[in-house]
Amino acid sequence: MLKLKSLDDFRTLQDRLRTGRDPDIPTIVIPAGTCGQASGASDIIRVAKREILAKELTGKVKLRITGCHGFCQIEPSVLIEPARTVYPNVGLKEMALIVEAVAKGEVLTDLLLKDSQTGEQIEKQDDLPFFSKQVRTLLGRNEKVDPIRVYNYLEHGGYGSLVKALDKRSPAWVIEQVKSSGLRGRGGAGFPTGLKWEMLAKQPNGREKFLVCNADEGDPGAYMDRSVLEGNPHSIIEGMLIGAYGTGSKHGVIYVRNEYPLAIKHLIIALRQASELSLLGENILGTGFSFDIQIVRGAGAFVCGEETALIRSIEGKMGEPRQRPPFPIQKGIDGKPTAINNVETWANIPIIIDGEAEAFAKTGTKNNSGTKIFSLVGKIRNTGLVEVPMGITIKEIVYDIGGGPSGKAKIKAVQTGGPSGGCIPADKFDLPVDYDSLTEAGSIMGSGGMIVMDENTCMVDVAKYFMNFLKDESCGKCFTCRKGTQRMYEILDDISAGRGTPEHLDLLEELAVVVRDTTMCGLGQTAPNPVLSTLRYFRDEYLEHIENKRCPAGVCKELIHYSINENCVGCQACVKACPEGAITGEKKQPHTIDADKCIKCGACRSVCKFEAVDVT
Amino acid sequence: MVNLTINGLDVSVEDGSTVLEAARFLGFPIPTLCHVDGLSSYGACRLCVVEIGEGPRAKLVSSCTYPAEEGLKVRTASARVIRARKMILELLLASCPQSKTIQDLAAAHDVRQQRFKQEYEDCILCGLCVRMCEEQMMAKAIGFRGRGEKRSIGTPFDIKSDVCRLCGACMYICPACQLRCTYNEPEKPICGACANLAPPCLEKDQFDDMMCYMDPCVACEIQKDK
Repeated sequence: MLKLKSLDDFRTLQDRLRTGRDPDIPTIVIPAGTCGQASGASDIIRVAKREILAKELTGKVKLRITGCHGFCQIEPSVLIEPARTVYPNVGLKEMALIVEAVAKGEVLTDLLLKDSQTGEQIEKQDDLPFFSKQVRTLLGRNEKVDPIRVYNYLEHGGYGSLVKALDKRSPAWVIEQVKSSGLRGRGGAGFPTGLKWEMLAKQPNGREKFLVCNADEGDPGAYMDRSVLEGNPHSIIEGMLIGAYGTGSKHGVIYVRNEYPLAIKHLIIALRQASELSLLGENILGTGFSFDIQIVRGAGAFVCGEETALIRSIEGKMGEPRQRPPFPIQKGIDGKPTAINNVETWANIPIIIDGEAEAFAKTGTKNNSGTKIFSLVGKIRNTGLVEVPMGITIKEIVYDIGGGPSGKAKIKAVQTGGPSGGCIPADKFDLPVDYDSLTEAGSIMGSGGMIVMDENTCMVDVAKYFMNFLKDESCGKCFTCRKGTQRMYEILDDISAGRGTPEHLDLLEELAVVVRDTTMCGLGQTAPNPVLSTLRYFRDEYLEHIENKRCPAGVCKELIHYSINENCVGCQACVKACPEGAITGEKKQPHTIDADKCIKCGACRSVCKFEAVDVT
Repeated sequence: MVNLTINGLDVSVEDGSTVLEAARFLGFPIPTLCHVDGLSSYGACRLCVVEIGEGPRAKLVSSCTYPAEEGLKVRTASARVIRARKMILELLLASCPQSKTIQDLAAAHDVRQQRFKQEYEDCILCGLCVRMCEEQMMAKAIGFRGRGEKRSIGTPFDIKSDVCRLCGACMYICPACQLRCTYNEPEKPICGACANLAPPCLEKDQFDDMMCYMDPCVACEIQKDK
């Protein structure tokens, strides 16, 4: 690969790449992140390649393999550029047809996505309700670049922000831009990034400084960092380079969990390409500025997303938090000043520098500028990654973008912020999504997980699930976190099994407050949030479990009974489905369930077409 | 020197000292379990929590690890602190009631109930033995393993350690395995018979006139809590 010796070399290359591109050639874009591959993208890529070769369309139709576009529901999908036609759930046969149609410039109307409400077919991606309300500054770039081709990134203005920062501008200018953009750390706590950088830059001269990209995304149901790393690794590298220039750091570390093999692969490739182009390493673009990045793989401990535990893990020690102060900005890796930012924060940096701070600050609200990616999952029609401006209401995300509940049951609550977050009930859906209002409502922004729950979700069970996760993932250093999460789980388990007493509720609340107050790190301090927020908004559900020994949502196994009502036509479907042989009854005669044999697995209910199985 | 305020008293302490050292120097009692002079601070038991800051930003921190900072406002026995300590002791009693150290601490802090399921664990994972072995015996034979529920102390892979000299320092320092309380394992054991350390002022009906320099006073906080 060609080595770029100066800023002018870079500009020449970028101009050459831009002019060499013909935007009118139809391009088949196939998202193939981990999620896309899991749903079959690899196979349709193979078919697309074969068809292009077989029909001799090389040069006439282009193919681009990209990272995740965000709409999980329609994967594996195909996007046609420049028309921006989108085909959902593409199979192998359909792929062959699509290639043919693209070559002819046609649109296959049969394969288009149908609107679930109106039944209308929607051709363009941007007209889909899922996409139309989003502001896709970060995710939008996933569609444009092939993550393993650096030229592709350069062609779309990649590394332009770095060159802009290096060219004539001073490090102070970089920090000033980030500060006035109002960017707040996307990892969860929302600390202003510019302020953090300024503190790092002000550390005494001559001290080695570290920059860390925290890609240890461990929340259940959250995967926005993964999709950014997989789909656009160069944007992280560029962000870190700009940060290094601004703060005077020499070393960078990307701490990525080992459960993300594709992200690691793309990162390794991207780092190699960047150093080959002289965009990384010693004397970058001949400016005398040097910065190097190494990858450290996390071994799967949730607590290592906490910054002090992360630092210890990078140092090769057991991942366990320590007292702050001293903050990492004073004493981080090997006792040297360290600034840690989340993947999404780093990905935002090139955008800020490129468009300048004022443009960035226009999106979102006053103290919460920019966009934020959420992973919208759970009992909702459109699941996937959504990028929205800060300050949008939960209602807009859930109903306009998410398309409302997936089944008949009404949506009851949204859980934000992962295991350390809390549940927000449906009557509070007018709440704007930003750091401050979510904290006020008893939840947190967290890294951006959003789990939608409907009336078939039991809130005691939800709290129990998260407590089970946390009691395993607590590092165990602080007694109150280790034992507190275990005891909270124990009490929740008692309540869900019908052994709860009203005193349990008081004890649970008292314990939760003490755990929040007395633990050392963010994990412990937020660990009681699932309990506290469900107690705050869904206390009646807890009371129902305790006083009437009943689970309103029909989830807690010890408190529910399956029975067959008069709707039963005697079709025998449930008799065949029951793994325990608990259902008896002749054909065309109403069936009965033997309560002693029933293990409450719910198999009968899911096969019954007549709604004849009741859960009480 | 660093200037800070502890329970309303202005004090100055040497750079690098912890809040616990400063408070103890002034004579404010702060209970500790995983802290021993001569070993590094670890902050595992959380018993030494104190309240710092004011208003809505007030928070509890472990005084054994928190550095004394300029202008810090510390309360060693506020209602919030006492409540947290009691709960921690209740949790400790629920896990390891046979330790005399824990029983004494519980009695001294007026813990009268234990509402959790009773367990009889041998170890509270305070890490004193690990630090003793590493810092005083220079052996590093034992360490922490696992996390969360599965966390335990031992040698790597449970293989007999080459560097262990069987010096017994780990047993000497342990608050849980030495000095067993000889109770008869009732359902929810709380002892408190041998060390009733309730402040004397509580015995009197009128203690308003007593000379008390503590602000807030431990005894008054306990009284209020009832």
